[in-house]
Amino acid sequence: MASLQVELVSADRLVWSGEASMIIARTSEGDVGILPGHAPLLSVMLDGVIDVTTVDGETWVAAVDAGFLSVADDRVSVLSEHAEMAHDINLEKAKADLERAHKAGENDGDHVEALAAAWAEARINAVEKAR
Amino acid sequence: MALSVREYRARIKSTQSMKKITRAMELIAASRIIKAQQRAQAAAPYSRELTRAVSAVATFSNVDHALVTEPTESDHCSVLIITSDRGLAGAYSSSVIKEGERLIEKLKAEGKDVTIYTSGRKAAAYFKFRSRPVKQSWAGFSDQPTYEDAKAMAETLIAAFVAEQEADSTDEVHLVYTRFRSMLVQEPVAVRLLPLEVVEGTEAPEAGDVLPLYEFEPSAHDVLDALLPKYVTSRIFTALLQAAASELAARQKAMKSATDNAEELIKKYTRIANQARQAGITQEISEIVGGVNALADANAGQE
Repeated sequence: MASLQVELVSADRLVWSGEASMIIARTSEGDVGILPGHAPLLSVMLDGVIDVTTVDGETWVAAVDAGFLSVADDRVSVLSEHAEMAHDINLEKAKADLERAHKAGENDGDHVEALAAAWAEARINAVEKAR
Repeated sequence: MALSVREYRARIKSTQSMKKITRAMELIAASRIIKAQQRAQAAAPYSRELTRAVSAVATFSNVDHALVTEPTESDHCSVLIITSDRGLAGAYSSSVIKEGERLIEKLKAEGKDVTIYTSGRKAAAYFKFRSRPVKQSWAGFSDQPTYEDAKAMAETLIAAFVAEQEADSTDEVHLVYTRFRSMLVQEPVAVRLLPLEVVEGTEAPEAGDVLPLYEFEPSAHDVLDALLPKYVTSRIFTALLQAAASELAARQKAMKSATDNAEELIKKYTRIANQARQAGITQEISEIVGGVNALADANAGQE
């Protein structure tokens, strides 16, 4: 069976690369599932969780913040400024970050806090989904 | 040779302790440079994939975007100069500042106003000392830049580039940094950051070829809108990482030659001190011999 060559890349490192049979990611238009043979696609992703099923049938989850998904000739690149695999995420820290961001956000409703909150939520979701 | 042996000994001591310090700095720089290179390598996949995506959009669609359109007339320019926070790195900071000055002169000769942005304390201090205005400066991360630092710079520069008001807006953004070629060669370079030139294109499509027709979600324009600022940030980040590696390499080289120099000095002072000591001994002996002779002469006269 054909497979997808996947690279999950964050700004400062290559987080994961390998072969997969399916990827689910959250784009600005909604969740998108990608199977081998997908048409070339370039899409904007939101903070969220991506779900990858490898060729061995294993599934892993990673949290990504706003980034890109590009698909061409069965090569999938997921680019994100920050990306963390679910097993690397510190759940306590993510929860604390979320709380702090919400608290700071109540006062001034700042753009920065909203981003921080979205990233913390993405991490928490990834951990919960991986369970 | 006017100094006494004791004074030479003191000089040897102080040179020795200086040598210990420069030697330690050399070793620290050498170990950090490996980390800096690894960081630069780790960041490479992101910028490679991003470049690929940007060139895909640029090649396969005809969308205009504020960040890629050449301004019809450009008379306001911005220059971002990336230097180190600390000195003791040989000519590292001064050569990148010199390159920056050359660019500023060139732009001024073309009749453009130049706004200066700096990264690293060395550049900020340079312009402050000469009382030249700096629009904004960033510092405190020159040997370990993070993506967030690059993002802060990119946001400021992009905001200046797309600003509507004539007074704040800038038509070109240039970046001056030190490119890391190898442990021995680092060269200061000036590149134009904005408007963007997508340098590394996917090979030009051949006439009969079927292009991978990308679907853009939500739309080509929105994708480009999100993609280009990230591309700018990634280029600044790459420049910062290269500059960090160059800084450490320059520091290692400078400290190595300082250590070698200290060794030379110690050798030289040791020789002079030995000579002075020997001269002292010779003088003492000749005084004794002279005294003995004089005594002998006096005794011979009495007998």
